[in-house]
Amino acid sequence: MLQRINLAHGEGGELTHRLIKDVFEKAFGHGEHTKHDSAIFQWKPETIALTTDSYVVKPIFFPGGNIGKLAVAGTVNDLAVSGAVPKFMTAGFIIEEGLPLKDLKEIVHSMADEAEKAGIRIIAGDTKVVEKGSADRLFINTSGIGTVESGHKLQPKHIQKGDSIILSGTIGDHGIAILSAREELGLLTDTVSDCASLNGLIQSLIQTIDGIRLLKDPTRGGLATALVELCEDFHFNCEIDEEFIPIRDDVHGACDILGFDPLYLANEGKMILLVDSKKEEQALQLLRSHPLGENAAVIGQVTGTTNSAGKLYLKTPLGTTRRLQRLAGLMLPRIC
Amino acid sequence: MDSMAPFSDPVLSQQSAEAVIQLAKQYIQMHGRKPVFMEVCGSHTMALAKTGVKTRLKEYVQLIAGPGCPVCVTDQRTIDSMISLSNGRGIILCTFGDMMRVPGSRHSLLEAKTKGKDIRVVYSPLDSIRIAEQNPDKEIIFLGIGFETTIPLLAAAIKEAEQRGLTNFSIWMTTKLVEPVLRVLLDAGEIHLDGFLLPGHVSVVLGKESYSFLTEEYRMPGVISGFEPVQLLSSIYKLLQLCIENKAKIINDYPYAVSESGNGAAKSLMKKYLKPGDEDWRGIGTIPNSGLVLKDNYQDFDAKKKFKITIASPRKTKCRCGEVIRGLTVPEECILFNKACTPANPIGPCMVSAEGTCAAHYHYMREE
Repeated sequence: MLQRINLAHGEGGELTHRLIKDVFEKAFGHGEHTKHDSAIFQWKPETIALTTDSYVVKPIFFPGGNIGKLAVAGTVNDLAVSGAVPKFMTAGFIIEEGLPLKDLKEIVHSMADEAEKAGIRIIAGDTKVVEKGSADRLFINTSGIGTVESGHKLQPKHIQKGDSIILSGTIGDHGIAILSAREELGLLTDTVSDCASLNGLIQSLIQTIDGIRLLKDPTRGGLATALVELCEDFHFNCEIDEEFIPIRDDVHGACDILGFDPLYLANEGKMILLVDSKKEEQALQLLRSHPLGENAAVIGQVTGTTNSAGKLYLKTPLGTTRRLQRLAGLMLPRIC
Repeated sequence: MDSMAPFSDPVLSQQSAEAVIQLAKQYIQMHGRKPVFMEVCGSHTMALAKTGVKTRLKEYVQLIAGPGCPVCVTDQRTIDSMISLSNGRGIILCTFGDMMRVPGSRHSLLEAKTKGKDIRVVYSPLDSIRIAEQNPDKEIIFLGIGFETTIPLLAAAIKEAEQRGLTNFSIWMTTKLVEPVLRVLLDAGEIHLDGFLLPGHVSVVLGKESYSFLTEEYRMPGVISGFEPVQLLSSIYKLLQLCIENKAKIINDYPYAVSESGNGAAKSLMKKYLKPGDEDWRGIGTIPNSGLVLKDNYQDFDAKKKFKITIASPRKTKCRCGEVIRGLTVPEECILFNKACTPANPIGPCMVSAEGTCAAHYHYMREE
């Protein structure tokens, strides 16, 4: 097999066939599923969760993961924070001509590893190869399906004043890891991306604790944008306390240098939980007993419900309060 | 523990704020009005808004943002020139991230990039040296914007390019110096000031002694400050003390970073490669010798000598950034603020920069 992807790998002929057989099927173990144009599988009538996402991260390899691990964990987490058990997913690859085959194999294998860990099966896919310059090395699109088991549903209708807002760990790790990996910024930190599938932890939480109102993974736009969206969509106001938001020293330092606000940096292995305050301690204990939630902290409370779009406020260490908005525009490093 | 944590400690922050308020009340009783301080540095403007210091003190101390954000003070014609440069064939334009979204008369560098121009964001001018080496068939132009904090890096890039014998690298110099613009503000007398919160980063290079003109010629006190809440409050407290005691003195309240005479190595780098030159300031006009340009024997690295471009007069807008940077108005008084002008669609540079006054108000002081 050739060592680099070329346009013929995407033409649907022998090279495509061999790419699928030797790389994708080998990693994902498609077997029977790939014999038809669709994956065919049995399904009991249940409540279904469906999600799709595209991954265009640059660089495609970064400390703590790569675009493949991210694509699986991202889709798993989108399903899991909706209260679903991830079951099946698809993966579409848009590959730039010239991508070393070994890079593709490494990415595909980490997808397979992450899928196995998360208990999701990759059962259908697609491969396209585009001319050099038409894509940036590799883009991946994934779709995922999960089931929502009765009795383990989230309770957004029960959100009330006093509910606790919990964050499962430090924020901004992924954002800074990616920026550090982009050497052009000359930013040298040891920050590792938090990229991970949270479904195991989430299932433990929703099966054990009655009173979890909502979950959300603060990915692009960060903690602030994710919470603003929750406030607006589910009609509640809340206040978070800057002092209690866990941030690693190196992430804090890099943000100071670049002029970035960690509240708006991307995360790929963290979740926000809205929990009945009576269950706050139980949720914290459970989170902290898991490696993916060991730095969990209560960061604020719901201050009231509203009929209109809710608002998010931040209490500063100085005791003042300011409103937080969505991420506005691009975050670009400052001059001095 | 975060080494900066004591400077944002909630208890210490709140005690410091209370101490400042008590002293400010004393000043108000003496003078019948709030003290008026200008923070020269854009990072201070951001920090004062973000940490809540400005909100906490607003009834007692008036803090005015000054012309200390390099993006905000860049004249529109200069921005148009930079964008025009990107149209050149075989050119790779390197710039700091802040500059990408600054609107020129027609579009921004970010829009030029989407149209296929080769424009790259770098964190250091030295990164553009690497790009020049990797692209010997292209001309690499670095957009040399910045105050004394950044200027030594520009000089270091010239030194590096010279040592490596690069002939495809140049800098479009449009740097700004703190002293000349402070003199213009004070001479104009458009605003009444009681003191300056002096910039932390710039002072690392300049040193405390470079502000002696403020006390000797203008009898104006100043305190060099850090950026965390406790540091900011401490410096405002010291500034208030100087005002109450009527002492025109400069205090270095950021001694772990700023020395008496500044960074000698950085200063000598600037002295070797650069000389004073006239600069255009947004909203102020041309200030003689308010920037540094390349000395004649380094003209090969001067993009203004290498590339000829013609620029039409800038398009007029209702943007009041020029008044904002002179401390004459606040962002909320601009008709465009939070309407036509937002960080997603900025009209003026004060809304673009990570250190801009309008962006600080939009992000951290806007209720709706």
